[in-house]
Amino acid sequence: MKKKLVIIGNGMAGMRALEELLRIAPDEYDVTVFGAEPHVNYNRIMLSPVLAGEQKFDDIIINDKAWYDDNNITLFTGEKITSINRPNKTIISNKDRITPYDSLWIATGSDPFIIPVPGKNLEGVVTFRDIKDVDEMVEASKNYKNAVVIGGGLLGLEAAYGLKRNGMNVTVIHLADTLMERQLDEAAGYLLKSDLESRDIKILTEANTKELIGEDRVQAVRLADDTLIPADIVVMAVGIRPSIALAKEADLDCNRGIVVNDHLQTSDPDIFAVGECVEHREQIYGLVAPLYEMGRALAGFMAGHNTSYKGSVTSTKLKVTGVELFSAGDFSGGEGTEDIVLRDARRGVYKRLVIKDDRIIGAVLYGDVVDGPWYFQLLKDKDKIDDIRDHLIFGQSLAMGGASVDPLAAVTALPLEAEICGCNGITKGAIITGITENGLTSLDEVRAHTKASASCGSCTHLVEQVMELTLGDSYETPAATPICSCTDHTHDDVRRLILLNSLKEIPAVMQDLQWKTPNGCSKCRPALNYYLIAAWPGEYKDDYQSRYINERAHANIQKDGTYSVIPRMWGGLTNPKELRAIADVADKYNIPTVKVTGGQRIDLLGIKKEDLPGVWRDLNAAGMVSGHAYGKSLRTVKTCVGQEWCRFGTQMSLSMGIELEKMTWGSWTPHKFKMAVSGCPRNCAEATIKDFGVVAVDSGWELHVGGNGGMHVRACDLLCKVETDQEVKDYAAAFMQLYREEGHYLERTAPWVERVGLDSIKQRVVDDADNRRQLTERFHISQQTSQDDPWAERATHNVHAHEFKPLAEVG
Amino acid sequence: MTQNWIEVGRTEDIPYLGSRVVKTGGTDIAVFKTSTGDIFALEDKCPHKQGPLSQGIVHGKSVSCPLHNWNISLESGEALAPDSGCAHLIPVQIKGGKIYLTLPAQSKATGTNG
Repeated sequence: MKKKLVIIGNGMAGMRALEELLRIAPDEYDVTVFGAEPHVNYNRIMLSPVLAGEQKFDDIIINDKAWYDDNNITLFTGEKITSINRPNKTIISNKDRITPYDSLWIATGSDPFIIPVPGKNLEGVVTFRDIKDVDEMVEASKNYKNAVVIGGGLLGLEAAYGLKRNGMNVTVIHLADTLMERQLDEAAGYLLKSDLESRDIKILTEANTKELIGEDRVQAVRLADDTLIPADIVVMAVGIRPSIALAKEADLDCNRGIVVNDHLQTSDPDIFAVGECVEHREQIYGLVAPLYEMGRALAGFMAGHNTSYKGSVTSTKLKVTGVELFSAGDFSGGEGTEDIVLRDARRGVYKRLVIKDDRIIGAVLYGDVVDGPWYFQLLKDKDKIDDIRDHLIFGQSLAMGGASVDPLAAVTALPLEAEICGCNGITKGAIITGITENGLTSLDEVRAHTKASASCGSCTHLVEQVMELTLGDSYETPAATPICSCTDHTHDDVRRLILLNSLKEIPAVMQDLQWKTPNGCSKCRPALNYYLIAAWPGEYKDDYQSRYINERAHANIQKDGTYSVIPRMWGGLTNPKELRAIADVADKYNIPTVKVTGGQRIDLLGIKKEDLPGVWRDLNAAGMVSGHAYGKSLRTVKTCVGQEWCRFGTQMSLSMGIELEKMTWGSWTPHKFKMAVSGCPRNCAEATIKDFGVVAVDSGWELHVGGNGGMHVRACDLLCKVETDQEVKDYAAAFMQLYREEGHYLERTAPWVERVGLDSIKQRVVDDADNRRQLTERFHISQQTSQDDPWAERATHNVHAHEFKPLAEVG
Repeated sequence: MTQNWIEVGRTEDIPYLGSRVVKTGGTDIAVFKTSTGDIFALEDKCPHKQGPLSQGIVHGKSVSCPLHNWNISLESGEALAPDSGCAHLIPVQIKGGKIYLTLPAQSKATGTNG
């Protein structure tokens, strides 16, 4: 019979150790897991991105229910263990379930420390420990304005950042005079403080919380000096304490944590402990890498190998994107230590290495952390550095003598034992072995097999470099295609960082993301301008000089430098008054060519630029606005006459087309966006080669997406079928918004749909009704400020008048 | 030959990273202003297919032609690699915030393409 292994705690440490055990000894144990939280196992260190809205809970699940089933693990969630009966070798849960064990693992983690001040039990006072806390913070941000975070350590700052991203006013109260004082020295702490303050987070250092004030819900925080800070939500993030109550009550040796030996064994040889609840060689750990190292040692020991855990040297990174920070080891200075310091104030770079006996014992890097892993390796290996000391601070490539033109040089130079993924403790050697033994070729596969970069993801680039090194030319770093030669960042990176770092102007983006040219080029500037429009609707001020001429002049430039003008005709519908106005304009301005377009509009070609405002004024007078035929924007909604006239029509396609066009006109998109509505499956409006095509059927409407009739003809994919007119509009808005938020600039929906996959789009637009509603909402918010007719602004309100007048006429 | 400087406007009449056109009897002249406020002038005619450079996007010290995205140096008029060709450079003087140009002789004389 198999031995019974019971695990108390369904968190990262216990499950990581279990994964490891299943890998090396799959059939040795009958496993039962108890988790107090009502969830499967998730990645706690990724709660910050969930709070910041960059990831969803589903994204951070490590092992779903199927994993437990597949591995025959009995899982009880939402069930807390109340006692351990060591003589009988059983444990008892709060549901009075008695479970026998041969081996028991305690992986109860830690509890957030609540500072004992009056008001600590008020509603709105939370910790930052589990998904429930995150939900409460997100909920609060919807209804309230002011947030206070007590504690300026790693967790507190990530909480502050997340709350800020949710639109709250955030104040961080920190007892010490330096943020993250356990990981940073004063200089780096100062840089971090300035960085966060520039992101509009208030930081109060040397501030001591006296009480929390409020009736039922917290309203304010009072400091020891009687300063009052308004607070609708207070996050306590002052620290954690190993959760040892259960072990103590079972009379296991406990100090600050549950005392274990190098095999993670407690004072009872059948009971082990792993993770944050553990005290090993008088150390307790609150970071993820040591937990994983413990897990490996524990699993090995349980599988009959003589593995042991010798303690961890830890390094720290802050998950506030855009803040580059690395710290490791001891940097308190003192007897016999020397410092090597490099500062570059303009770049906001600070590097400090602490040396003792010719070895690195501590490192603090701010602003430029590329060499963090190298220093960390030197520190862990206790390598002597006297030979390279002169160049040490300038980083690996210079210190090791190679002028590093080869982007892989730094990774090539790392030894196989060098740790690439700090979260999961994965070395360069392990990644290479994983790739060669399993024939891995994609980043996802490498993540799945080796766990490298599968947690916080900040080492993704390094992992990709190792892949490139191992696979040679057969691996192309997929994310490495930058927008243009002005930057190393990809479209996706730039879009993400604009949001994360609250970058709201093109110069800010270029500064923050280290653009290599002073003001970009004709490729990146229009892209950045669009990304900022999409990211900050109503707030971002359009940068006119970063628009391509057609969008600057609101007309289409022709090969001879004249322009063409297409007035909007809603759904392709017009009337005698509009047609007369068009005819009059053509006469008055000697417009040589008048043509009907493929999108059912009338095009006036050959207009001199200086005549444009006059042409628009006359068209405006007849009630016509810009047709945006020149823009990366909603172009036209093509229709057939449908049920209004056609004997085959099954729905009112004409009025549907008009409504869709009135809803979406004026919106800017990554590339042009065309729609059509057909009144029956005969599809006379050719709706199935549009970006969004609607085809009426007896019972409602079919919605098609991602079609293109251009160079590469692509028929639409069927998104879904809906019944009501309102649904058509909601799905159209949601689809368009998703494209607006995710498309790369100048990428039509057809390649976008192929890039992200129809399933992913269906999931977010069709299956997830809540997400659809949010997308639709964001679309409408953006539309509130985008439906001013640009022609009227220029024809009658003199906007950008200089555009249409020569500077001078001479000769 | 003495240069004949003609005043065409003030530096503030041109937007940063933008351009304005000076109409002449012949080929128009595009007057550019960079992000640092430097003023340059070129014949408003791309060496590729005569696109109006004044309508392009200005970046650094170059402009991208609106028709086919050739990049032209504002300092020399030369097309930047990989393209080759040259737009005629017009000398510029700034005095007291005013912009002075010397016009190419041909455009004044004939009014046809110079």
